[in-house]
Amino acid sequence: MTTPKQLALVIDLDVCVGCHACVTSCKEWNDGGSAGPLTDRNAYGKDPTGTFFNRVQTYEVGEFPHTETVHFPKSCLHCEEPPCVPVCPTGASYKRAEDGIVLVDYDKCIGCGYCAWACPYGARELDPGEKVMKKCTLCADRVADASLPEAERKPACVMACPTSARLFGDVHDPESAVSQAIRERGGYALMPEWGTRPANRYLPRRKRTA
Amino acid sequence: MKPAWSVILLTTLIGAGQGLFLVSFLLAAFRASPGEFSVLSNEVSLGLLAAGLLASFFHLGRPGRAWRAITQWRTSWLSREVIVLPAFMALVLLFEVSGWFLAGAIAAILCVALFFCTGMVYACLKFLQEWATFLTPLNFTLLGIASGVTLSVPLATLAWPQFAGPLALGAFALSGLAWLVRGATFLRNARLRPKSTTASAIGVAHPRIAQTSQGFAGGSYNTREFFHRRPAAIVHAARWTFLVLFFPLPGWLLGWGGGSPAAFWTAFALQFAGLVAERWVFFADARHPQNLYYQAGA
Repeated sequence: MTTPKQLALVIDLDVCVGCHACVTSCKEWNDGGSAGPLTDRNAYGKDPTGTFFNRVQTYEVGEFPHTETVHFPKSCLHCEEPPCVPVCPTGASYKRAEDGIVLVDYDKCIGCGYCAWACPYGARELDPGEKVMKKCTLCADRVADASLPEAERKPACVMACPTSARLFGDVHDPESAVSQAIRERGGYALMPEWGTRPANRYLPRRKRTA
Repeated sequence: MKPAWSVILLTTLIGAGQGLFLVSFLLAAFRASPGEFSVLSNEVSLGLLAAGLLASFFHLGRPGRAWRAITQWRTSWLSREVIVLPAFMALVLLFEVSGWFLAGAIAAILCVALFFCTGMVYACLKFLQEWATFLTPLNFTLLGIASGVTLSVPLATLAWPQFAGPLALGAFALSGLAWLVRGATFLRNARLRPKSTTASAIGVAHPRIAQTSQGFAGGSYNTREFFHRRPAAIVHAARWTFLVLFFPLPGWLLGWGGGSPAAFWTAFALQFAGLVAERWVFFADARHPQNLYYQAGA
């Protein structure tokens, strides 16, 4: 299902500081954008839960005292072979031909949850209020909006990142900044063992000598 | 995976309905059974299929749009199942009211196709290693047929008493076979090694990786949908519930229960309870790789 153009995020784990600015800016934009609302339940109560497209997780690698903290932003990877798309019984889940973004047509989704079962990464969340499946859209309503200044036609998370850990572009254009970063820094895909060919890639931490 | 009651009921109810139709149609096709048995079996089968279909709607966030699920039959096993189930029901109904052999024969083909579609809905998800095996559609088929044939025995006491004995023998043999294959599947799944690890999930090649934060303090869809949150003892108890209730007890009642309708009804009730336990374990046993990202709270 390779598309001529493939928009994607390249996330630099070497500079991500785990501040969650991408999480909150994503929630802010997409709650009110074309993907919204992203329903929360009990948001200010004891046991809050809500729908998010993007999370930042933290892992500790190694054994004390030789440990490294890795902050790990996690969102839909916009796979080139997205397992969530062919399983959808209604055609609501699709990969957009012009730019490779994997999207959900919220008017066709019946909320059966099968696509979420079919995603090994857990990138999809059923919105408890809207009763349809939600996922990262790469801010499809920003990146193609000609009324925005060109510098702002990027996903909200990329705009918000204070350390420029998030790069955005066409990974099928060999001259793009994202393609160069993948080449030069050894950008890798998550769970390559399932043949999903994620478009999003991660840049590993650099080796440092004390 | 978290077992979904709507899907447990859907797959167990339609499985029994399919098995019941299949045995009654085959007996009718060889002109062996009286009309009353055929009519009664088809009616009960339709009731089970309708109940299963109704249960499936409770799985949907937007049940009013369910008709859209018939559109993606080219790629989606779920879409194929959604098409074949009502088509099968319609042909059973047509066979029931018209008695046309051709309608029954097409229904029998759709019945087998439905077993396959239902199994493939799960077996096609290749990273759910407990499900991604030919044993999944085989188990759905064998367990469904066995429960349907077991149900045909007490029904025969109502409409074809002289044949209840041979049906009980058939139910005994088929239940034993289904029980053995499902038991072998438990053993196969117990030996599986997950292909995905935390290292491949985050792409850091190190044998020691511990998650310290999943990114939020409360729950999310990811922490609810893919974890059953039951102690291993409960899963084990459910597995043994199936192993005891599906074959040994009903098998004893079918063969040595005195041949009374009460013994046959009890045999079916126990076996169906065992089947529900089996379907619960089917979900609980499946380890979704996304769970690797949700190993630590806060």
